Parts: sequence; C-alpha cells; structure tokens
Amino acid sequence: MPRLRTSYLVALALAFFLLVFLVIPVGKVIYVAFQDSSTGALTLVNFVDFFKTSLFRESFLNSLYVAGMSVLFASIIAMPLAYFTTRFNFGGSILIQTLGIVPLIMPPFVGAVAMQLFFGSNGSVNLLLDQWFGINIPFMEGLNGVILVESIHYFPFILINLSAALNNIDRSMEEAAQNLGSTGMRLFRRIVLPLAMPGYLAGASLVFLKAFDDLGTPLLLNVNNMLATQAYLRISSIGISDPMGYVISVILVIFSLFSLWVSMLASRGKDYSGGGKGSSGLLKRDMKGWEKIGAYCLIIFLLLMVLSPHISLLLLSFGTIWSYSVLPDAFTTAHYAEVFSTTRQYITNTLLYAGIAATFDVAIGVAISYVVLRTKVFGRRWLDYIATGALAVPGVVLGIGYLRTFNDFNVPIIDKPLASWWVIIVIALTIRRLPYALRACTAALHQVSLSLEEASENLGAGKTATVRKIVVPLMAGGIVAGFVTSFATATVELSATLMLVTAESDAPLAYGIYVFMQSAAGRGPGAALGLIAVLVVASGSYLAHHFIERNKRMQATSTGH
Amino acid sequence: MLLRGSCRTIMGRLALSAGLLIFLALPAQALEKQLTVVTSYPKDLTTAFKQAFEKQHPDVKVEMLKKKTTAGVKYIQETASNNSSDLFWASAPDAFEVLKEDGLLAKYTVKATGIPDVIGSYPINDPDGFYKGFAGSGYGIMWNTRYLKAKKIPVPQEWNDLTQSVYHGHTGMSAPSRSGTTHLTVETLLQGEGWDKGWALMKEIAGNFHTVTERSFGVPDGVNSGQFGVGIVIDFFGLSSKASGFPVDFVYPTVTTLVPANIAIVKNAPHPEAAAAFIEFLLSEAGQDMLLDPKIMRLPVRPETYAKAPKDFPNPFTDHSIGAKVKFDVVKSKSRYNLVNSMFDVMITYRLDDLRKATKAIQDAEKAMAGKDNAEAAKLIAEAKALIAALPIDETKSLDTEFAATFKKKRKKATDKVTGRQAEVEQQWDSMVKDNYAKAVKLANKAKSM
Repeated sequence: MPRLRTSYLVALALAFFLLVFLVIPVGKVIYVAFQDSSTGALTLVNFVDFFKTSLFRESFLNSLYVAGMSVLFASIIAMPLAYFTTRFNFGGSILIQTLGIVPLIMPPFVGAVAMQLFFGSNGSVNLLLDQWFGINIPFMEGLNGVILVESIHYFPFILINLSAALNNIDRSMEEAAQNLGSTGMRLFRRIVLPLAMPGYLAGASLVFLKAFDDLGTPLLLNVNNMLATQAYLRISSIGISDPMGYVISVILVIFSLFSLWVSMLASRGKDYSGGGKGSSGLLKRDMKGWEKIGAYCLIIFLLLMVLSPHISLLLLSFGTIWSYSVLPDAFTTAHYAEVFSTTRQYITNTLLYAGIAATFDVAIGVAISYVVLRTKVFGRRWLDYIATGALAVPGVVLGIGYLRTFNDFNVPIIDKPLASWWVIIVIALTIRRLPYALRACTAALHQVSLSLEEASENLGAGKTATVRKIVVPLMAGGIVAGFVTSFATATVELSATLMLVTAESDAPLAYGIYVFMQSAAGRGPGAALGLIAVLVVASGSYLAHHFIERNKRMQATSTGH
Repeated sequence: MLLRGSCRTIMGRLALSAGLLIFLALPAQALEKQLTVVTSYPKDLTTAFKQAFEKQHPDVKVEMLKKKTTAGVKYIQETASNNSSDLFWASAPDAFEVLKEDGLLAKYTVKATGIPDVIGSYPINDPDGFYKGFAGSGYGIMWNTRYLKAKKIPVPQEWNDLTQSVYHGHTGMSAPSRSGTTHLTVETLLQGEGWDKGWALMKEIAGNFHTVTERSFGVPDGVNSGQFGVGIVIDFFGLSSKASGFPVDFVYPTVTTLVPANIAIVKNAPHPEAAAAFIEFLLSEAGQDMLLDPKIMRLPVRPETYAKAPKDFPNPFTDHSIGAKVKFDVVKSKSRYNLVNSMFDVMITYRLDDLRKATKAIQDAEKAMAGKDNAEAAKLIAEAKALIAALPIDETKSLDTEFAATFKKKRKKATDKVTGRQAEVEQQWDSMVKDNYAKAVKLANKAKSM
C-alpha cells in the first residue's frame, strides 16, 4: 500500500513540525500552570484558584460576550460586501475585495494612536460632534468599544472566506433552483447561503477565536477585565512569577479548541461540494439603476467606516503635531524622508519573512486539511486542533518558549544558536499565522467534490498527481485567501518578534514601529512606517485577487462559459 | 600558494603595524570588534550614543537591541546559557535587581571620577557594585495645554491637586506592575506620606483616572494626543514631548524621588572590554553632555554638566527641593516590591470602574452638601471615604518577609518552600475591595439625598 504510506509520512512530518515548533516550546513555558508553587509537584490547584477568583470569572464572561458580539457585527459588515461583489457585475469588485483586507493590518501602537485620534473621547469625530451638537459618544470606551474595534478589525476574515466560498458555488445548483421558481431572498437563504456555509463558518470561527484571544484591542482601550489581557499582564510583569498567567493561557487554548470543535460539529455530515464541474461561481448579473445607487451607498458607507483608522493613520503620517484637534496642525513629508533614509531594511525584511511564512502556511494548511478530510490516518483531527490552538497561544509565550528551547541548539554551518538566527522569526510567524491559512484551506477543500478526485484516479492518475493537478487548482481561491490573511497579519506581528529579534539588521517592520513609538518625536515616522505596511499588504492582496480573477476567466473560457 | 602565503604575511605585517599605530595613538587597551547592548531606550537616545561611541572607538561596531524592559529581562534570562549580550541598559532599577538576583550581571568598578554618591536621596550606583546609574529621572505631572484650556481645568502643581473633582475623568497613569518607574512613584508616595495616608491619597487620585495605561509610554502618548488632559509621568517623557513640539508642559511636585537610570555588564559577556569602555564613555563629560539633547532630556549625574543646560533645566545637585523631601528606603521598597504591585492592580487597575463610580458619588455628595451644615451627611461621606481608603493589610504585614514571599515565590531549589498562593490572597482582597466600593457608593448617595 504505497498510497497509504505516503499519507502516513506526510501526517508524521506535519506532526513532527508542530511538535518541535509549537507543542514543546509552549509546553516548556506553560508547565508551571500545572505546578504547585510551593512544592513543585504536579497539581490542578491553580485551575481551582482560577475558577474561585471572581475577577477571572468576570474576565471569562467578558471575553465570551465580546467574541460573540464581534462575530455578529463583523457578519453585518462582511455579508453585504461579499454578496454584492460576488453576485453582481460590479465596477470596483477587485478594489472592494482589496480594501476589505486592509483593516486586518492594524500596525501595533500607531494603529492605536490613530484610532484614538479619530474615534477617541477627544478625537476628531467627537470634537466635531461636540462642536455641532454638543454631544460626545464613547466609541472607544469599555467592552462596547472593544466590540466595535474587533468587528472593524477582523470582519475581513469573514469577507475573504465567504467570498472565496461564494465564488466556488456550483452555478448549476443556482440555475436548478431558479428553474424550480426560487428567486430573490428565498434563493439566497435556501440555496446560496447554505452552499457558502463552510466559508462563512471558517471566517466566523476565526473572528470568534481571534476576538476571544485578542490582546491588542483590549490593551489599546485599556480594558483589563478580559482573559487575554489578564494573561498578558501577568506574564509580562517585571519579576512576577505567578502561575496564573500561564493558567489563563491554558484555558484560552482549551476553550478555543472547544469552540472550534463546536463549529466543526455544525458543518459535519453535510455535503457542500459542487457536482460535476469545478468552481464556476454564482451567476453574475447587472443591477438596475436604483439598486446600483443603493448598493454603492451601502458599500461606500461601510468602507468609510472600516477604513477610517487608516485614513487617520494617513493623516498622522503626514501631520506635524496632532493634539486635541480635528486635523493635524500642519502637513509635512519629513516623516517619510526619515523612514526611507534610515529604516529601509525593515521593509525588505518584512516582505521576506511574511512572504516565506505565508507560503509555508498555505503549504502546511493544504497538507493538514487534506490529511484530515481525505485520509484515514489515526489521530488526524489532532493535527487540525493543535495547529489551530496556536491562535490562542500568546505571542510572548511562544517567543519565550523558542528562546528556552532553541538557544542551546547551534545551527550547523553558521554556528549560531537557532534562537538568534533570523529564520526563527519566520518559523514563529508561520506557527502564529498557520490557523488562518488552515481554516481557509479546510473550507476550500470542503467544497471540492470527491467525485472529481475519484474520476482522476479512475483514469489512472496517482494520489500525488491528483492532489497536484486536480485538488490544489480547485482549492486555488481558498489557498489565495489563506495566503493573503496569513501574509497580511504576519506583516504586523509584534509580540513574538520583539522577543526574538537579536540584531537590528534582521528586524521586521513591526519592530521598527515599536522603536519609533518609544518616543514622542517618533510618532510621525512610526505612522509612516505603519502606512507603508498597509500599502505593501494592500498591493499584495490586489495582485492576489487579480490572479484569481484572471484564472477564473481563463477557466471559464476553456470550459466554454 | 606562494603568492597567497606572502600576501598573508604582508597583510599580517600591515595589520600588526596598524595595530601598533593604534596602540601608540590610544593608550587604551585594544577593544573587541563588537558590542551588543540590550536596551529599552528610544532611538533618539541609542542612536546618538552609538554614533558618538563608534566615533571614539572606530573599531567597535555597536548593536543596539531594543526591547521593552520586561522583554529585555526575559531575553537575558532565557539566553543566559549561550549569552550573546554585553550590556543591559534601561531605566528601572528593579529590572536590574531581578537580573542581579538571578546572578546574570557582572560586577564592574567605574574608573571615571567626579560622580557623587546620591542623586536627590537615592544612591546612584548599586551598593553591591553590579549596576551603575548614568542619569537621573524623577516623576511628575504633565498636561496638555490645549485640553486644559478647552475644558477650563486649572494647571495642577501637587499630587493633592489631582484629587479634586475638577480632574475627574481627565487624568491617567501607568500601573506599577507594568513599569518600574511607576512603581517607584507609588512607593515614594507610600514612604513620603506613610502607608495608610499614602494609599488613601493614591486611591483618591486614581478615583479621577480616565485610564490606567498598559505601558508607561501610553501616558505621554495619551496626553500628547489629548485623549486625557493630565498624566503622571517620568520627567523625560514630559520634557521630550514638549521639546518635540506637542502643546504640553511638565512640573515636579514637592513629594517626588529622583531615580537613577542604569547600565550593567551582563555576566559572561562576549565583549567585556568594549562593554566597560561604553560605560566609561557614558559617564565621561562628553557622554553626560549628550543627555541634555532636547530629544533626550535626562538629568546628568555629573554636577558640572548642568552648567551647559538650558535655562530652567532642573538641577537636583543645587536645587534640593527636587526629590529630597523623601528619604527613599531602598531595602523597604525591594522587600515588598511585588506585593505593592499586586495591591495596586487589585485595588485600582482591575477595579477602576468601581473605584471611579464610588469617587464620583462622593464628589457629587460633597457638591450637594457644600455650604450646608448637615452633620449626619458629613458623617456618611466620611464613612464612604474611609471605606474606599480601607486596606486589606497594614504596613507591618507588608514588611513581613514570609507574607511578601507569596508574591515572589521563585523556587530556586526543590527544597525551597513558599506558603500561600498569590491568586488565593488576591481573591480575598478583591472581594473586600469590591464590597467596600459598592458600599461607599450607597453611603454617598444616601448623603447626597439628605
């Protein structure tokens, strides 16, 4: 059975990779969660303490509430954008899909400042509201502020995955429904939405997990009573070796896996794959005049809302002093001049690191999803669970784990500890962003019909050839979606990176932003660097979408559509 | 082969004679070619010193590795077995204490002379000889002038001013567990005003907070943006923000302490000679002069450097009102370090909403009672204030080493034994604090309705 052996080998290699670069380093850090602090013996007493502590119980409920509400609001933003751009012939579809990814890239620190300057209690919007109407709306206060920012920040997960799924729906299903007399909302509700479910679930579960585990947003709003913040604050305090931070990390991982399992249950036992042909996408039609106006208004409104932090970032990067005013006092290009003259290597490093990491991510993502969905390898689901669990591991924990595990391991030839070689940053990014690519790939594979693979094998193609020539091309949309999300979010990763950078010449962009944002004078250059990150990712994702569209058109012509 | 061989001898001779030349020109010993500095300082400071040092020692290439103080400490701890860092350069003395206790710093005796023993009332160098102070900084109050003007809020001068109701929701600070320098401010207040009065004052100030920021730079960031109007910050944040053009200003209150910012050689440093040379440069006249750069703005430890300072620049060696009021007890501060951090977080950071609500209720009640003579209401308000001020432990307990060990519990050996668990203690404190704040709201509301 050579076929079986290949799948076992692949599964084994994946398991080895996850074990060495995720399980062991993280285990080396969080084992203290299971240790009695007075004797050093194994114990669960720390978990008892967790549930006995009212602050932690509150934090848990707050995190849950925020995650749930964020999925709701993110869906409200993402669904119209995804539907209009995939369903209708729409001038700026690619542009909208591209701009849709931008909110995912919120550069650390500068993003926070930009948001406060725009939406904060004394930001542009509130200063204007106060001037005109004498009111002040606390957009950025408390849990509701967190929900607003999380929804704006993470709705692209739904947009990207849902769009990929909509593009993958078999047109004949829709035509059949129309022939049977189903139209409009009914068609959408009964046929289109259910068929796009894997994509929506993939996106929604990412939003849920991300909002549940997210650290950046609550920290930006200084909301402390949430789980991820509690873990972070405890782990990164000076000199404190309280096990509770690690206990919370363990609980975050377990809960994330639990919710992932629930979302899998929801999609189990259903067949989402198309019939005979591969991806063909929904029938696109033109809109009537008034429909067009309405759709454009809605889309422009949504885009303005979700892009406002980046508009504010743009102003910040060109502004001189911006303090307690609607707009900066004056404008200058000096910040960009400074960035280009001193820190160009950050940009090239970031392109290199995030590019390699995202490529690995989709490769591993395709492999894991294939092993999980198409083979019978024992314990295959655990590959999925463990890889997705990385989402809930705080970056600091991964960073410390890598230092602890790989500092004494010298890489042959260059004779340097692996922990201080730049490759370790790439591996950290790969692990941290793997869940995004994995979910996208799994959703894409859900939509590929098994019969196509069987046909290929009946015609004499081997397993490997089938995967290469049939499965991967049919998954292309999902793979690109995974690549774009992993790449975009990897460009602005900070917490693990900050732990692992050992030479300024190896540092990525996020580190550069951090360095600038340590001083009052660095705000402008920091914003300029942040905006460059946004532009890099936006052009990357534009090219990716361009590539999909071109591919689809070529497919369409070759199959006679 | 022959060619290459002779080439090598020529190169060798050249190098030798070049070395000799350098040796003759500079009486100092030859330094290593590299120097790696782990630092929490901003670019403005590190780049300036890197360039100046490399100019003086053209053979040495300096690598400035910037990490947050906490990340820097963890980095040095985790890489100790295969160390590649030479110097640790940061503000908070407690970060150096942590490294010192772990045995990760090397002793070094400074050759430079003319540096006094204390700045304000704080010893400049580590008494055990591990880390050295190179600049002083003190805590104070910064404010956004546009913000205060627009909201018609007076400029604060003293800690007590910040307890007034006019500042409610307009002030901000970082948490001591997040920033070593913030910790020193809190400890200074506790030592200067006494344990009970100090905490009471701290909570009265905190009751007006708009926010407790996650990192110390979050405070000047918030004030610079106008997110809140007044911040409790370390001097160079205020002074350098002002120098960068933001509409802000800064003042030292009477009760403050000056704390040295430090540098130390890491144990088993790969380039110890270059590291020592860097410390000497930092403490030399040329190095000290650089601290007065408008983007850096730290208090030099060389008294004569102040002669070159701009007008109005604070000079702790002549103006004894700065940082001299409190006789700072380092041993006391160290023994209860984590305990004070934990108390601050439990009573203030994590229960800020409850504390703010209680403070607002009391302020409203006091406003309603102003000018009226109602002994019963006044009694209720006093009770409510006492409830907010109430502490879960007294000073004696805070200095009880066995109790404080609950918050440190670093088991070095398997035989070490620590009693109690931090989470358990914190839960008890939390339920008391939450209860008290809720009761205070009720009492204040009752007083107001009278």
